Amino acid sequence: MSSLIKHPRDFYAGLMYSAVGLGAIIIARDYNMGTSVRMGPGYFPTMLGGLLVLVGAISMVRSFFNKGEGIPAFSWKEIVLVLGSVVLFGVLVRGAGLVPSLILLVIVSAWASDQFRLKTALLLAVLTSVFSALVFVKGLGLPFAIIGPWFGI
Amino acid sequence: MDILANLSLGFSTAFSLANLFYCFVGVVLGTLIGVLPGLGPVATIAMLLPVTFSFQPVTALIMLAGIFYGAQYGGSTTAILVNLPGEASSVITALDGHAMAKRGEAGKALATAAIGSFIAGTIATFLIALFAPPLAEMALKFGPAEYFSLLVLGLVVSIVLAHGSLLHALGMIFLGLLLGIIGTDVNSGAERFTFGAPWLADGVNFVVLAMGMYGLGEIINNLEKKDKRDLMLKSVSGLRLSWAEFKHILPSVLRGTTVGSFLGILPGGGAVLSSFASYAVEKKVAKSTVPFGEGAIEGVAGPESANNAGSQTSFIPMLTLGIPSNPTMAIMIGAMMIHSIQPGPSVLSEQPALFWGLIASMWIGNLFLIVLNLPLIGLWVKLITAPYHLMFPVIIVFCAIGVISINNTEWDVFMMAFFGLAGYVFSKLECEPAPMLLGFILGPMMEEYLRRALLMSSGDFSVFFTRPLSATLLVVAAVAMVVVLMPSISKKREETFKE
Repeated sequence: MSSLIKHPRDFYAGLMYSAVGLGAIIIARDYNMGTSVRMGPGYFPTMLGGLLVLVGAISMVRSFFNKGEGIPAFSWKEIVLVLGSVVLFGVLVRGAGLVPSLILLVIVSAWASDQFRLKTALLLAVLTSVFSALVFVKGLGLPFAIIGPWFGI
Repeated sequence: MDILANLSLGFSTAFSLANLFYCFVGVVLGTLIGVLPGLGPVATIAMLLPVTFSFQPVTALIMLAGIFYGAQYGGSTTAILVNLPGEASSVITALDGHAMAKRGEAGKALATAAIGSFIAGTIATFLIALFAPPLAEMALKFGPAEYFSLLVLGLVVSIVLAHGSLLHALGMIFLGLLLGIIGTDVNSGAERFTFGAPWLADGVNFVVLAMGMYGLGEIINNLEKKDKRDLMLKSVSGLRLSWAEFKHILPSVLRGTTVGSFLGILPGGGAVLSSFASYAVEKKVAKSTVPFGEGAIEGVAGPESANNAGSQTSFIPMLTLGIPSNPTMAIMIGAMMIHSIQPGPSVLSEQPALFWGLIASMWIGNLFLIVLNLPLIGLWVKLITAPYHLMFPVIIVFCAIGVISINNTEWDVFMMAFFGLAGYVFSKLECEPAPMLLGFILGPMMEEYLRRALLMSSGDFSVFFTRPLSATLLVVAAVAMVVVLMPSISKKREETFKE
């Protein structure tokens, strides 16, 4: 299959457009289409879905004829650590509170860098979270617990 | 004169203590992020949006605008001194500016950039004051059909001016339009594409999307590039131009201002394209004693003036029509909406103090910038070498807190992570996120105008072609599309972007 695809970027981008467009059309079947005089909630999304499928199809067909560079490798370590640290923060912030969840966010995300040192990261984590607690909670009055209910304080 | 009365209203607004202070804060922050690697104006404005909730709307906009044009100044400093443009709009400046620095003329290059930017900023401020009122007045006469056609034209022009593949720009626009209509349909009350999730009922928040794509996605990209920033100059001297030198660069500055002012108005234009186009013009027109690319002062003066002029005139379509011409303007629209101001032609008549105050603040901000950047250059130089491995976790912290504070829900944090991944995948596929962001903002507007236009015409699509103004706009869009698809032109377009 890969020998057929001469332009992987066009192919996969086209695949993405078509999949999203098709998905939109399928989901929008549950919405009232209406008529062109009184457009229902399904009218515009179906139209866009159709256009997206069209663009995707052209891109995929084109990828069989035009030559193009391959897609560079994904840096999984960076993706998992950076995005994971953010998700972790979202999961923990209510229960553990702002400071503990920020400390974890900084350490996990800093790990994504080649120059990661645990000591520096720890120091940075403590400084950033204390600063954030002072500025955002004490200063701007955002509704976060600095130390959350999980710690029973 | 109306203009003078308007400008004096603007200056009296902008000269209030709070507005002056936040204008200053904005341009300092802007210069800072311009100098610091890997943090752009879109992500910064998105991060600071929650901080401005408690501000007066005009104060919030003044500060956020300051970040935007301040970043152009800061970006050119790094371009000249370390050959690493802090912002995309300074890529071109690095060519000749850094060559000048290597020759020991860093001070002269920096002074040229700052003075050129200031002149361009001044002229652009007047252009906005001159052209915004008639445009807004014209836009007030627009019916839904005209608005729909205008949005089509805007999106088409943004495709034409986008980097890379036209087809992908088109795909990204449709993707953005679709993403924009997630949530409750204002007309029928039906929830669309929410999968029954209550946190999607209000749709995807623009800040969440922008921070994911431009904040997190960029960080992952920067981490894999692993470039080192070595500062070649420890101190900079000779930060002034002689009268003869000033007279020498003035034509380039004015040409750059013209190019930039024009391109800034076009959708998809703005600072980046302006600097590239101006460099191409200078290469053709200027009679430089030094070859371009080897430290021609015209190659700094033109593009630097152009990117500043362009970044300011891009406010014209945003303020008068409510149409963003680049992602930064899209986020400014988001900021206005948070302060319950509906961007569009009515802003000028209903909120004159806000409108003119913002414009006057731009000129004051430019004045601050020239003061900040020339004498304080040493301070910024030190920041250039700020270690990225310590910076990016802090950026993530601000993104996370910023996003969760908008609606106080952790689902926005998860969504931001999702868009971070999406932004990274898009960059691997060479799909530009900018057209998608435009589509996202314009999606709900477009649907609404289409619905209204068709309601008024009893479902007849020909209404877009029978109303003269609407037809003109669509013809212009069609011509732009055809022109860019012609093989000879599309080849030229690729060359321009490669330069």
